[in-house]
Amino acid sequence: MTQTHVFDVIIVGGGGAGLMAALNASRTAKTAVLSKLYPTRSHTGAAQGGVGAALGNLEEDHWEWHAFDTVKGSDYLGDQDAIEFMCREAVQSVYDLEHAGLPFSRTPDGRIAQRPFGGHTNNVTKKPVRRAAYAADRTGHMILQTLYQQCIRNGINFYDEFQVLDLLLQDGVTAGVVAVELATGEIHVFHAKAVVFATGGHGRMWDITSNAYAYTGDGVAVTLRRGVPAEDMEFFQFHPTGIYKLGILITEAVRGEGGVLFNDKGERFMERYAPTIKDLASRDVTSRAIYLEVKEGRGIGGKNYVYLDIRPETVNLYAEKDGRKNLDGTPVHVTAEEILSKIPDIADFCKTYLGVDPVKDPMPIQPTAHYAMGGIPTDMFGQVVVNEKNTVLPGLYAAGECACVSVHGANRLGTNSLVDLIVFGKHAGLKAAEYANGANLPTLPGDPADFSRQQIDRLMNGSGKEKAAKIGRELRQVMMDDVGVFRTEEGLASAVEKVKELRERFKEVKVGDTSKVFNTELLNTWELGNLLDLALVTAVAAVERKESRGAHAREDFPKRDDENWLKHSLAWMDGDKVRLSYKPVVITNYAPKERVY
Amino acid sequence: MEIRLRVFRFQPDKDAKARYDVFTIETDPTERILDLLEYVRGDVDGSLSFRRSCAHGVCGSDAMRINGRNLLACKVLVKDLNSSEITVEPLLGLKVIKDLIVDMDPFFDHYKSVLPYFINDEIPADGKEHLQSPVQRERFDDTTKCILCAACTTSCPSFWSNTEYVGPAAIVNAHRFVFDSRDQGAAQRLEKLNEQFGVWRCRTAFNCTEACPRDIKVTQAIAEVKQALVTGKLE
Repeated sequence: MTQTHVFDVIIVGGGGAGLMAALNASRTAKTAVLSKLYPTRSHTGAAQGGVGAALGNLEEDHWEWHAFDTVKGSDYLGDQDAIEFMCREAVQSVYDLEHAGLPFSRTPDGRIAQRPFGGHTNNVTKKPVRRAAYAADRTGHMILQTLYQQCIRNGINFYDEFQVLDLLLQDGVTAGVVAVELATGEIHVFHAKAVVFATGGHGRMWDITSNAYAYTGDGVAVTLRRGVPAEDMEFFQFHPTGIYKLGILITEAVRGEGGVLFNDKGERFMERYAPTIKDLASRDVTSRAIYLEVKEGRGIGGKNYVYLDIRPETVNLYAEKDGRKNLDGTPVHVTAEEILSKIPDIADFCKTYLGVDPVKDPMPIQPTAHYAMGGIPTDMFGQVVVNEKNTVLPGLYAAGECACVSVHGANRLGTNSLVDLIVFGKHAGLKAAEYANGANLPTLPGDPADFSRQQIDRLMNGSGKEKAAKIGRELRQVMMDDVGVFRTEEGLASAVEKVKELRERFKEVKVGDTSKVFNTELLNTWELGNLLDLALVTAVAAVERKESRGAHAREDFPKRDDENWLKHSLAWMDGDKVRLSYKPVVITNYAPKERVY
Repeated sequence: MEIRLRVFRFQPDKDAKARYDVFTIETDPTERILDLLEYVRGDVDGSLSFRRSCAHGVCGSDAMRINGRNLLACKVLVKDLNSSEITVEPLLGLKVIKDLIVDMDPFFDHYKSVLPYFINDEIPADGKEHLQSPVQRERFDDTTKCILCAACTTSCPSFWSNTEYVGPAAIVNAHRFVFDSRDQGAAQRLEKLNEQFGVWRCRTAFNCTEACPRDIKVTQAIAEVKQALVTGKLE
């Protein structure tokens, strides 16, 4: 028996963007949140270092500087109207979070504390600026908790542990979603006027990743299957500092607090790659530098990692060399205790997983797959747009990591993921409610749960000749080897073929667990299908883009090519084929120029 | 090294009662217990069910009993257990739904009952942030770390004996607001915690403090709430 529920607005995903959308939509529209996890388990909670906003609490700053840094960080692929909108709105959004109780760390005079972060600069001096508003090294945790708390206060409807399987469209208009209740295996139809996807990223297709198991690209995969394109999927960020082998994130705030990267020869190698900003270069630049050091044999002990050093003696030595000063003009001098108070969780991770105390020993790190710049195409109000002309699909919205506005372009700046989800989560929620209040409830398609049941039946009744776990391992390996920090025509072409092969083999998978109750094997297998689809789109878009820009670094096309490639990719899935098209980048005030840090 | 992984199994649509399955696994001492469970589910027995997400101790999904102690499966390594025999069981005090998955609803209901949200609708005249000194902010820092994993509440003998007790996690989350200088809802929360199933059910067993994977001084936080009730002061 299929249950049907009726709402004005359905939000898919209970992380930062989803909860922001819920809080804002529910003010005027009957709203529910569906989440495959308990909302507080969402990956927003893993964000560490800070949320960027030009509050200027410690030194001069302007949202226009934040906008320029974001445009430059994006390697000029970000849409400048949306970036300006985001950076202007960020300031009020951070105050809104504080008014909702978020326990930010504080300056001596009681204001929200701010720290330097990669790529965020004083546009006049070009030096790092304190722009990342933070709560120790658990800023994302505090944002997620604060938003969930406010959802409880406001009586938001939650359907926890409901996995969305399908988007319902009727006559070109959004009509709802179909979900499976994990506790019972029952299918539910959510009939709604507006749907907001806020399902997060898809980093689980790479072997070394900072991403949660839940990060399987569900929203992008579901919308792709319903004919919505995915934008800029070739751009996926590798964060430079993941814990060696595990990929667990070590926040850029470690370098913001004075941490330095070293190779096997003890060289501060970032001096060679980013002479002005050094260890605080943006993430794509730093990840490539680490990769090149390793490739040239300067990884630690010849292995594929380098050291990140936050020991006080190191911080103080290089602070003196760089002439870094406190705000009162005195030279920077920190103690182990002060460092630990600013990065307590990082210290905990290092001790737990590496047996390393970061104020006594350097941390072994390597680049880790971290953030999807690409995703469901939207405008700056979260409205999903479905073609080169930005035609809006009525009633469909997306926000947060699953969306591509695009404000991150080819490379996201640190702290801007949290900015993205608070600003665009809010506006997607407001816009969805506004639309729902002016729209009639669309009719449901006949047998709305049909496609969802088909998907489940296929996975339950496969031949069993192939194992999902094995396909998953092979996928993560090929993506790591050939669709990683550096890419070539040959590697990408072979990755496309390999992913096609894996998608064929996936058709022979059979879920062994026949239980209706918490069939996590079924859920995980369905998620793998999503990753396979998105991996194919990613590899095809990457092989086609014959230039290097931001996170997409081609060894065979090492230069950015604005003449031919200053454009967003759009990818559609036509059965087993990927079809690509392109749309222009919005340029307002910042003409593309060479990107140097 | 080779380990024997004993896992509590209960499949509600098949099993009349629970059993233990044993898996012999060749593993590295630095593997997480979660890695072992993932291996079993992926390569040996897909029907093994458990919750997990972030895999590094910040989302709170995979709290379970490991060799008798409440731990996050992603935050304990094989070598930390000093044993080649590892027993994994669901949390105590919450109904087992399937294998290592328990019904978390009673836990979240208790959490929601203590008004676990910021209460202060005044906005400073300049529209900017409420001012709070670093010392005031530090006062409640410890209890902001909670990830709602339930390791504390399900290690508490008072909770086992009567699950109406709100439990340590709910009190931790009340504490986080009671001692926040910006919040105005302390009186309401303290009234709630002074009720029959509030803080006075705590018998200071310290199990909660030992179980917390975030190293929150849970028992101390509960004591501070008790003290606030006795003295009527928030210090």
